[in-house]
Amino acid sequence: MMGALLEVKQVWKEYGSSIVLEKLNLTVKEGEFCTIVGTSGCGKTTFLRMLLGQEGPSRGTLLLDGKPMPAEPGPDRGIVFQRYSVFPHMSVLDNVTFGLEVTRSRLLGRLFGGARRKAREEAAAMLAQVGLGHALERYPSELSGGMQQRLAIAQALIKKPRILLLDEPFGALDPGIRADMHALVLKLWKESGLTIFMITHDLKEGFKLGTRLLVFDKPRLDAQAPNRYGATITYDLAIGRDEPALLDEIQGAVTETSRFIHDSR
Amino acid sequence: MKKRVINRFPGQGAAAVLGLLPFLLLLLAYAWGSQVRLEANPEDKLLPAMSSLAAAVERVALEPNRRTGELQLWADSAASLQRLAAGLAVASLLALVTGLATGMVPYVRAALAPFVRVLSMVPPMAILPILFIVFGLGELSKVVLIVLGIAPCMMRDLQQRVMELPSEQLVKAQTLGAHSGQILWRVVLPQTLPRLIDSLRLNLGPAFLFLIAAEAIAAESGLGYRIFLVRRYLAMDTILPYVVWITLLAFLMDLALRGVSRWAFPWFHQGQERA
Repeated sequence: MMGALLEVKQVWKEYGSSIVLEKLNLTVKEGEFCTIVGTSGCGKTTFLRMLLGQEGPSRGTLLLDGKPMPAEPGPDRGIVFQRYSVFPHMSVLDNVTFGLEVTRSRLLGRLFGGARRKAREEAAAMLAQVGLGHALERYPSELSGGMQQRLAIAQALIKKPRILLLDEPFGALDPGIRADMHALVLKLWKESGLTIFMITHDLKEGFKLGTRLLVFDKPRLDAQAPNRYGATITYDLAIGRDEPALLDEIQGAVTETSRFIHDSR
Repeated sequence: MKKRVINRFPGQGAAAVLGLLPFLLLLLAYAWGSQVRLEANPEDKLLPAMSSLAAAVERVALEPNRRTGELQLWADSAASLQRLAAGLAVASLLALVTGLATGMVPYVRAALAPFVRVLSMVPPMAILPILFIVFGLGELSKVVLIVLGIAPCMMRDLQQRVMELPSEQLVKAQTLGAHSGQILWRVVLPQTLPRLIDSLRLNLGPAFLFLIAAEAIAAESGLGYRIFLVRRYLAMDTILPYVVWITLLAFLMDLALRGVSRWAFPWFHQGQERA
């Protein structure tokens, strides 16, 4: 399967007169791990919302498997947000079982008897894979930040999505925990053959995890009209040939845009 | 080492004493005022002595009424609590259904939210005469007054609570393949129930207000009816214990609702303590 999973052709996104994204072109094959970096205000989250189906492009086309992107979120695209993506009123096990229940019991979204037992076993196996096998009966509020993100990942993966979207999933975690989470995500990605899009603030994280690094940045900065020009993909690199000089160059460009955006606010 | 006053906290024992202090002061002030007035005029009815209050409580709570043969306090309480319970139950159900629908479904919100907003501005007491005309002087009009009095505010409150649920959760549920009904049933409804209890607790006070008001105007039993009946004889020895009793009932109901919420929705309160 080497066909293009995602095709972005000449996509623009505008809100009124302010342009968020312009001239976006991108083709992603199945199994790639794309990390997306860029300063806040450069349309990373808008792009993610377009991949989720929460927003459509103002111009251009966005194709998933050659067909237009559905206009609402669906089970082929899993998501892990930075916060709030687990259900606080369900135990860890129920949080993961939920994904199986809603497709196996269309009316009630609840399984009973043997079907329920089987779904719970599958969910428990998934949770063991992310290292939460010991915390099945706890509520999310009793978990640490890192454990909550492990739960959110397990929750998404139980649906076997084609694409996994990660929106700064480790931004709120301690550095040591982050390293553990990186190892987990890489392990799960290698085992499952998923296609991953991961937004991060941390350029090093982007280099370390991805097979492909996408830098969202504004190529033109106009101090008189900061929203006149949108952001686009300024670097699209296959990772593996990362040179320190290049990393510095990208960091410099991104920092300049970051200062510009903050000053013009 | 003197700390700022905003940084000084009482210990557990001190907090308990401080909390009781206003009650004690009120009691002392009453006893003193009552004594002063009764010394000046033994026939004074405004601030009866503690002993006459106790006698009145004994009379209404333990001795059968000479006319009806009922124990008056308990009969009044039963009548009032039945009306209150019916009003609270109907208002909660209406608020839950409306709040979920307007909070979750944009089309329903567009259709109903402005109407509910206006409805909540109608002064319930102003339409009480209409209720009496339409529903008669029986139980129904009193229950309807309580419902009209608190349901619109609860509907607005619950709509707000539903809309405050993080959108991340709703998106997540959709990426897990849930349809709108499943999201309502498994994600939104369970998280709305503890918030419904919160809303109910806040509206207990207004609910009692409308209950007493309706009973004061037209009833043949009930706590509000009794208070307004004996007012004619300046029977402060009955009115004051009734007021304390109503307050106690409201306080205990609030406590019970909090207990139910903590027992049934432990996850809700864990989250609150951390936040």
